[in-house]
Amino acid sequence: MPTREIEFRDAIREAMSEEMRRDQRVFLIGEEVAEYNGAYKVSRGMLDEFGPRRIIDTPISESGFAGLAIGAAMYGLRPIVEFMSWSFSLVAADPILNNAPKMLFMSGGQFGCPIVFRGNNGAGGQLGSTHSWCVEALYSNVPGLKIAMPSNAYDAKGLMKTAIRDDDPVFFLESERLLSLKSDVPEEEYFIPFGKAAIRREGADVTLVSWGRPVLFCMEAAETLAKEGISCEVIDGRTIRPMDWETVFASVRKTNCCVVVDQSWSFASPGSEVAAQVSQHCFDDLDHPVLRVHSDDVPAPYAQNLEQEMLPNPRKICEAVRKVTYRL
Amino acid sequence: MPIATLASDTSTHLLKSPNGIAPGKRPEIPAATLRAWLSQMSLIREFEVRCMQAYQDKKIGGFCHVYIGQEAVAVGCVAALEPRDPLVTAYRDHGHALARGMHPKHCMAEMFGKIGGCAKGKGGSMHMFDKANNLFGGHGIVGAQCPLGAGLAFATKYQDEVINSGKSDCVTLCFLGDGALNQGALHEAMNLAGLLDLPVIYVVENNGYSMGTAIERGTTMAHKITSKAVGYGIEGLEVNGMDVVDVYVAMKDLIDRCRATSRPAFVDMRTYRYKGHSMSDPRKYRGREEEERYEVEDPIGKLEKLVKDKNYATPAEIEAIYDGVKTLVRESIAWADASPVPSLDELYHDVYVEKWGPYTGTSLPQMLTEKP
Repeated sequence: MPTREIEFRDAIREAMSEEMRRDQRVFLIGEEVAEYNGAYKVSRGMLDEFGPRRIIDTPISESGFAGLAIGAAMYGLRPIVEFMSWSFSLVAADPILNNAPKMLFMSGGQFGCPIVFRGNNGAGGQLGSTHSWCVEALYSNVPGLKIAMPSNAYDAKGLMKTAIRDDDPVFFLESERLLSLKSDVPEEEYFIPFGKAAIRREGADVTLVSWGRPVLFCMEAAETLAKEGISCEVIDGRTIRPMDWETVFASVRKTNCCVVVDQSWSFASPGSEVAAQVSQHCFDDLDHPVLRVHSDDVPAPYAQNLEQEMLPNPRKICEAVRKVTYRL
Repeated sequence: MPIATLASDTSTHLLKSPNGIAPGKRPEIPAATLRAWLSQMSLIREFEVRCMQAYQDKKIGGFCHVYIGQEAVAVGCVAALEPRDPLVTAYRDHGHALARGMHPKHCMAEMFGKIGGCAKGKGGSMHMFDKANNLFGGHGIVGAQCPLGAGLAFATKYQDEVINSGKSDCVTLCFLGDGALNQGALHEAMNLAGLLDLPVIYVVENNGYSMGTAIERGTTMAHKITSKAVGYGIEGLEVNGMDVVDVYVAMKDLIDRCRATSRPAFVDMRTYRYKGHSMSDPRKYRGREEEERYEVEDPIGKLEKLVKDKNYATPAEIEAIYDGVKTLVRESIAWADASPVPSLDELYHDVYVEKWGPYTGTSLPQMLTEKP
């Protein structure tokens, strides 16, 4: 399959544009998505191609436009809602958590909600506490929604195509820090199914489980650890709901050790869910309790050195791996 | 002594005639239509009375908010709509469901938590949905339905104009209580509706109280709430919600204009709920004297008198309407009693459309699949 190297943001735009050409029910709505070409240029050029009826600028009014899009989805349209940052989704908590994921159930199967919410998630780089939310811990607690969290451009496109065609609400978590990263993306159309993890690096001594940007930290740590003779298997979950437990369990049964790397806070998080599931299903295989690397349990700081220390980083991952493999 | 009364009192809280319709200029409504409205309004009244009994008997659980006193609003508004027009409302929703055409047996079975309910017993009193009749809920969080209403209007317009390259031809009615006037969701929705030219009408069923808080204790400009819409460039209208003819005439005109212009509107629908906010409300915030003053405004009594005065029905025919309604509700209760509780498998059904993990996909309720 012929490929070319494109940025993460271009991959998302390609997925949205392809689906909009195919299906008139799909439209994009959010702050600055049209005339400004996207606050982070993800939607660059889409207004020119699709016009203002399908690429819709909104005022700064997340609760209003998120709820509007959910009403449109109930009627049968397939909205894509851009949150400039997932941090801003908190003011839309009622529509995105109380309406979108529950509508099908509360209506006894009458009204589904085929909608994609997408935008930047996690620390962007010295944005301070209010703008640095990692919402995966908050939102993965809620049944009725799906969560995708790609770590590279190839996955971003394939997962976004799947998200737009999904009949259930999808929360698509991007990262400002990944948008300019390039990877090889096929010219031809492709899809990546939800609930199918990717093994980014095969290894024998320890299983690292992560999603999104922290997968890159895991790969960096694995390089360092390889020089110390520790062989890491790195699993990129790709989606959090559904989670590919079989791939995780199979790896842990091989390596007998597990470290989960999750950029959200540790209490009641995807990381704690992995620790619980692995402990339950691989109890006899584990040589050490599952260890977790999270953001520190404090608000995100502004100062660069403090932010670096607070987030999961290769140093913290290396320390956890050495401990779980008894190399300390 | 009541803790608070409506400062506006009966003389001003209830309007005597709607804006724009001079006394004596009301169009003639055909006899059959008035009789049909009397039947629908008395059906809602009887249904709600029996709901209150069923709640006391513990056949209905959770929260239950009855519509007694407000029947003219749902019946008059729905009569002015086309069947294709979407309708969305708040949690005091039984009246809207019945007016829109849901069979009372499915409405009652929903409250009984039975599989025959409109939502298979998964939604309850506050969450009535009926896809066949374009009823998009029943929403339990105050004001949450307001952005959804804007979205429904967005969707009909998008379908008509963008997908079908035609002219926008639907109007969405979004009902809310006066308590929702103070929720941000309404204001964000009105701003978007004004900005995007959405054909949605926000109908405030202004019964003077948000739970136990009289309207002037909760909102500014309580005597002129249409002023809240003015700032969003939205036309406001005050309507007497205690007279079904007034409601119909005012709403028909407004809906026709909204359909033609594809612009939003806002209605201060003055009404009164005769019962408490919910079943647990002893109504200590208002006096019995106040309630008695409003009881003479009973919309059903008023319509019955109109039908009699015009000789559109004999007393015996009116009795037959009431008897028919009683029978229908009695049969609906029996049907709901006989409907099974949902099987435990239903827990993992209708959570996701897609089958994955423990989730078993989705299917339509009996209400939409059974042969009439």
